[in-house]
Amino acid sequence: MHILAFLLRRSVQAVIVMFVISLIGFSIQDNLGDPLRELVGQSVSEQERDLMREEMGLNDPFFVQYFRFLGNAVQGDLGTSYFFKRPALEVIMDKFPATFELVLGAVFIFLSLSIPAGIYCAIHRDSWITRFIMSASIVGISVPVFLTAIGMVWLFGVELGWLPAFGRGDTLELPWGWETGLLTWEGLSHLILPSVTLSSIMLPLFIRLIRAEMMETMSTDYVRFAKAKGLSTSRVRYVHAFRNTLLPVVTVGGLMIGTLIAYTILTETVFQWPGMGFLFLEAVNRVDTPLIIAYIIVVGLIFVVVNTLVDFLYTLINPMVKLPGAKS
Amino acid sequence: MISLKGFITRFLSDPVAIVAGTVLLFLVLMAIFAPFLAPQNPYDLMQLDIMDSEMPPSWRVGGDERFPLGTDAQGRGVLSTIMYGTGISLLIGVGAVIVQGVLGVTLGLVAGYRGGWIDAFLMRLADIQMSLSTLMIAIIVLALFQAAFDANTYADYAIFMLIVIIGVAEWPKFARTVRSSVLGEKNKEYVDAARVIGLPPRRIMWKHILPNTLTPVLVISTIQVAEAIMTEAALSFLGLGMPTDRPSLGSLIRSGFEFIFSGSWWITLYPAIVLVMLILALNLLGDWLRDVLNPKLRRGDD
Repeated sequence: MHILAFLLRRSVQAVIVMFVISLIGFSIQDNLGDPLRELVGQSVSEQERDLMREEMGLNDPFFVQYFRFLGNAVQGDLGTSYFFKRPALEVIMDKFPATFELVLGAVFIFLSLSIPAGIYCAIHRDSWITRFIMSASIVGISVPVFLTAIGMVWLFGVELGWLPAFGRGDTLELPWGWETGLLTWEGLSHLILPSVTLSSIMLPLFIRLIRAEMMETMSTDYVRFAKAKGLSTSRVRYVHAFRNTLLPVVTVGGLMIGTLIAYTILTETVFQWPGMGFLFLEAVNRVDTPLIIAYIIVVGLIFVVVNTLVDFLYTLINPMVKLPGAKS
Repeated sequence: MISLKGFITRFLSDPVAIVAGTVLLFLVLMAIFAPFLAPQNPYDLMQLDIMDSEMPPSWRVGGDERFPLGTDAQGRGVLSTIMYGTGISLLIGVGAVIVQGVLGVTLGLVAGYRGGWIDAFLMRLADIQMSLSTLMIAIIVLALFQAAFDANTYADYAIFMLIVIIGVAEWPKFARTVRSSVLGEKNKEYVDAARVIGLPPRRIMWKHILPNTLTPVLVISTIQVAEAIMTEAALSFLGLGMPTDRPSLGSLIRSGFEFIFSGSWWITLYPAIVLVMLILALNLLGDWLRDVLNPKLRRGDD
């Protein structure tokens, strides 16, 4: 029963966080720029201006305006972009598939490399390959993601000319309106450099994390017991030890979503990848306030949803986790 | 803890530590003495000549002896801008870590010693802040700051804003480290003794417990400086950090990036090499310090 109570509490917390984000978003909008000037320009007289101000409700008290904003936001209306003259949410959602596919590509690459590498380094602690991987990972951590990106563009895009270094290429539209670049060779070839770049910064972190967790599990009693029982080495390693390594890895991975989003902004900027991060920086340069706010709210929502899901998952999978508020 | 002599012996017996330490020392000295060592002063507009722009390094065709590493698009010598830029990167990195340290140590000390709701509240706050990611917070705050002020005001306050934002965003790392050390210390006999003779809590916290929690603080400080420099570089690269007329290493790379395709690779490459060397040296020294001072601390779960 108390699992349900926990889930409920966690959801309420998520709603509160979103509420705070929306409040911050709104107070920014309230203080940054004049929506009236953006709409009508300088040509309208002072009286007309005041009239419009009254009509649009810009003279209402802060909280009245805030709740109007919140009401609209819940219905998916986050204002109209000054630059695109279209609903801000719509503009962002158009760019969402590009960012999502970039992240998907990066996650695919770093998971398929970091899991074997992490396990290997945990099992063969003193081999020279392990030493090499561990030293390479500290170098990897020390190279900022935008430098990796520039290096990739310069080497593979310009000098060797093997892969396209800018944009997404032609995309196919799926029936539900999702623009995908995953189904054609052209789309995939555009995806390679950005997603390798994005994964390069996460890879060393994950190798270190998986190695550390795996080493810790390998020294627990149940693993030693499984060994003592005479189970085969590979069964002990992969079924007993590795399975229990996954849990903390999923949690830390989920918590890194904020970092990952920040890195997508950098990667998209260098590769001119038409995703949300690139859009956000353009919006900042154009002082397109509604679009900036909409981005913050959408990213906040992604962040809160992912974190809440990871928490749920963790609670459901791991019977050892002590629920806050539960009787001990 | 180990003695100073043991510490030096360990340092001299580890080639990686020697190389990293030497590189760091070299870069720090280069940055401090930039005004005396640099061939030009890149901030002095009188010394700039647009005719000097985009010159390759001096050993290549078209190079000039005045500019050993070539010049950028505004005719500034790349070597000089790197020397000054390294100083700005270091200043922001160290400044931000001082802010983190002061905030984090104070809050960690209070949370660990007082316990109760203060502790619960501060640690919950730390959890939330850690999961938000420093870079993400900094990008959003600086983006709003830039949208709200004009370019000149922004340029004047950029250093200050970067130090404060990176400083405030990362306090939880110090706070958690100090808190866990305090929890280990506060039930020891010397603390009881201090309490029994009636010393006020503030004095016990600062004079008695704090000195015993400083080793891990020293260890994470080094790695935190590396991370702060990296965050600052990323922000400046996005155009949200230092302006191009007072460039850090990140803004130098940003201004060079446009020219990489027209063949002027030196504007980007040299600042990039210095940036990576600086971060790598700090990371290696941080890892080494951790191994020497506290073998139990592990990177990755901080």
